[in-house]
Amino acid sequence: MKKPISALKRFLEEGSEPLDIEMQSELDYTPAPEEARRGENHPTEEPGHIKNRRTANVLYTVSSVVLCALMIFILVYNVSGLPSFGGADTLIDSEVGRFYIENGLEDTGATNIITPIILSYRGFDTLGESHVLFIALCSVMLLLRFAPQDASSALRAYAIEEDEPQDDDILKGFGHVLLPLVFVFGLYIIFNGNLSPGGGFSGGAVLGAGFIMYLVIYGHDAAYKFFNYKTMKLVSMTALVSYSLFKGYHFITGYNGWESVFSNGTVGTIFSGGMLLYLNVFVGAVVSVTMYTLFVLFRRGDF
Amino acid sequence: MRLGTVAILVILLPLMLSSVTAALRPKKARALMLSVNVLCLLMSAYLLIQVLRQNAAFTVSMGEIGAPFGNELFVSKTEAVVLVGFDLIMLLSLLSGGRKIVHDISINRISLYYTVCSLLLAAMNALVLTNDIFTGYVFLEISTIAAGALIFAGSKRGALMASMRYMIMNLLGSGLFLFGLSILYSLTGELLFSGILQKVSEVAAQGKYTGALFVGLTLISLGLAMKSALFPFHTWLPNAYSLSTPASSSLLSSLVSKAYIFLYIKIIARGVGLSVFRESGANDVLLLYAVLAIVMGSVDAIQQHNVRRMISYSSVAQIGYIFLAVSFATRQGLAAAVFQIFAHSAAKAMLFPAVDRLVEVSGGNENFRDLRGSGYRAPVAGLAFAVGAFSIEGTPPLGGFSAKVFVASAAYAVGSWRMYVALGALAISTVLNIVYFLRTVVTVYRKSDRQPNAFFHQKVNAFRAFLCAFIALNLFMGVGAGSIMQLINGGINIW
Repeated sequence: MKKPISALKRFLEEGSEPLDIEMQSELDYTPAPEEARRGENHPTEEPGHIKNRRTANVLYTVSSVVLCALMIFILVYNVSGLPSFGGADTLIDSEVGRFYIENGLEDTGATNIITPIILSYRGFDTLGESHVLFIALCSVMLLLRFAPQDASSALRAYAIEEDEPQDDDILKGFGHVLLPLVFVFGLYIIFNGNLSPGGGFSGGAVLGAGFIMYLVIYGHDAAYKFFNYKTMKLVSMTALVSYSLFKGYHFITGYNGWESVFSNGTVGTIFSGGMLLYLNVFVGAVVSVTMYTLFVLFRRGDF
Repeated sequence: MRLGTVAILVILLPLMLSSVTAALRPKKARALMLSVNVLCLLMSAYLLIQVLRQNAAFTVSMGEIGAPFGNELFVSKTEAVVLVGFDLIMLLSLLSGGRKIVHDISINRISLYYTVCSLLLAAMNALVLTNDIFTGYVFLEISTIAAGALIFAGSKRGALMASMRYMIMNLLGSGLFLFGLSILYSLTGELLFSGILQKVSEVAAQGKYTGALFVGLTLISLGLAMKSALFPFHTWLPNAYSLSTPASSSLLSSLVSKAYIFLYIKIIARGVGLSVFRESGANDVLLLYAVLAIVMGSVDAIQQHNVRRMISYSSVAQIGYIFLAVSFATRQGLAAAVFQIFAHSAAKAMLFPAVDRLVEVSGGNENFRDLRGSGYRAPVAGLAFAVGAFSIEGTPPLGGFSAKVFVASAAYAVGSWRMYVALGALAISTVLNIVYFLRTVVTVYRKSDRQPNAFFHQKVNAFRAFLCAFIALNLFMGVGAGSIMQLINGGINIW
């Protein structure tokens, strides 16, 4: 029994066996040549190790299935015991929600009540969320972007485009028709964020999808002309810094009780709702650039 | 300008400048990140001084409309002192590990590495200061992704797999935490700690929804325990800590997991309430896991020959101490837990760069037997290693000793069977700690006739200075333990 348990432990630390060769070699990293020879650090596995590993695999599978089933049962049972949503006997008094509905328009001048909740009342959370996107982008770049020495001839020349349609007339035809609509729609969602459903996140996602479509239809060279690493850096930096600056201004003036220069404007026009319009633009820029860059990085590792 | 503006800036400044860091060249990025860190340290020190002078805690509303409609920060003595500690340890870790960052990470990735560090700093500060459980979740996400990036950034073999495993366990932890949060929210309709506290005590007094409350609390505990590598969920930890670059190891072991635990302490003390936590019985489960962590972590550490893995496993045991102190569910226990967070962070963040240097002057092999005589070849790193090891063992006058004393006296105050279990675990683990750390310290200071290699002649004066600062910090943690504890208690008693 001891062996399967230690095998299970090892399994949990190092992973299951049927990995492909590359991952397996990645796993067998530790013993440096000398260590392996002396066999101190990681004793060479005994002949029965494959059997032990298989036992560990079975143990692991069975226990994880049981655990998941248990978890599902607990959660479902628990949800059935929660106070019903919106019921009369709930403990939740909807003070917060009522406050937003009653005072939202007056406080912020935005007719879409969701936008000020996201960007103004709970703006700190959303600032954090935008930086979650940014850090995801940074991590993917850390992981996938070529080191300068590989980025030169060999890997750059490797074009994934062989697998992709080249100069496809049908695609291009659709692109001519669809892309302008997609871009205009994305911009519309962003700019009308304070008036109608939508805002920076959804509009940015539409724009990002448009960029990705453009890249797929017209190929790398056409896309590279207007969007490369520098553009990405510039746009995301400007958007994030201005977003943080605007929010910082809002937090600090609000907290200190100072007068803000942003007025609510005429309700129902585009330039209303204080800084909400600008915030939507920044969020939209960050989201679209992040989406496009993630696609590009996963596609060929660099712009 | 009101004082809370400083608290806003401590979070906002690293957040804002992180994207600038990404656009700069490596050297400038490093300079910017470090100066932001210094600024944050200064601002948090100012905050601490002001809080001490006014002898009061205060909330900071983010924007003109305060809680519960908007976001809110909360500053008391405890938060201020934790903020100072985290920022200081982050700065020292980056400085002393900086030598190897240049070596381990390719040139076009260094700016991104510092960007990630900057975001981590912002997330850390936000986790410490937030008064809102959902804001806690948002910044938890940032620090989770940041930590994943920190693990794979060093180009060592196996780091990618370690990072993968880390991400899987941590995302599962985040998911469970979010489930728990939603259950708590659907019971109370509140996200603010003070609001949750009020509603939860109402619910508990009426005796309704006890099952749901228990499940929510358990999911939150489980999620955060997973993320901070409490014993049965620690399997991601050894590879993650031992295969990343030393600066990353320091940050991960001393800050990332500790910030989660601090959030957990805040949720228990300020959100759920200590009495509800005690009555739910969740604390006894935590006690069991903590004791297992203390014993098993030490046993695992003894079996390791690779010195970095050994230190990583000792983290498992140390995290056990923190959760042990939390599981007493008394204010004294929580204060002891916060102090243990400090003592352990100061020692662990020093051990990783010190060991890295010792390994470097011993031919690059991480087996502890090869470190023989390295204490003479790299005197300051040897001293730092010895100090860190003795601190974790619990030798006076270092921080680890005071931490153990505080945990033990908190256990004594709790009484009943919990006291015996806790004190027994402390005694056993102290003996086990001595076995593996003393063994290594003795090896480091045994004479050997190894020939100097190329790494001997590197310029390491700055590195030595940073290690000396770390040693001083550890001594201060021990000598000034009483006054630090007074600060921590000052906040916790009014929570």
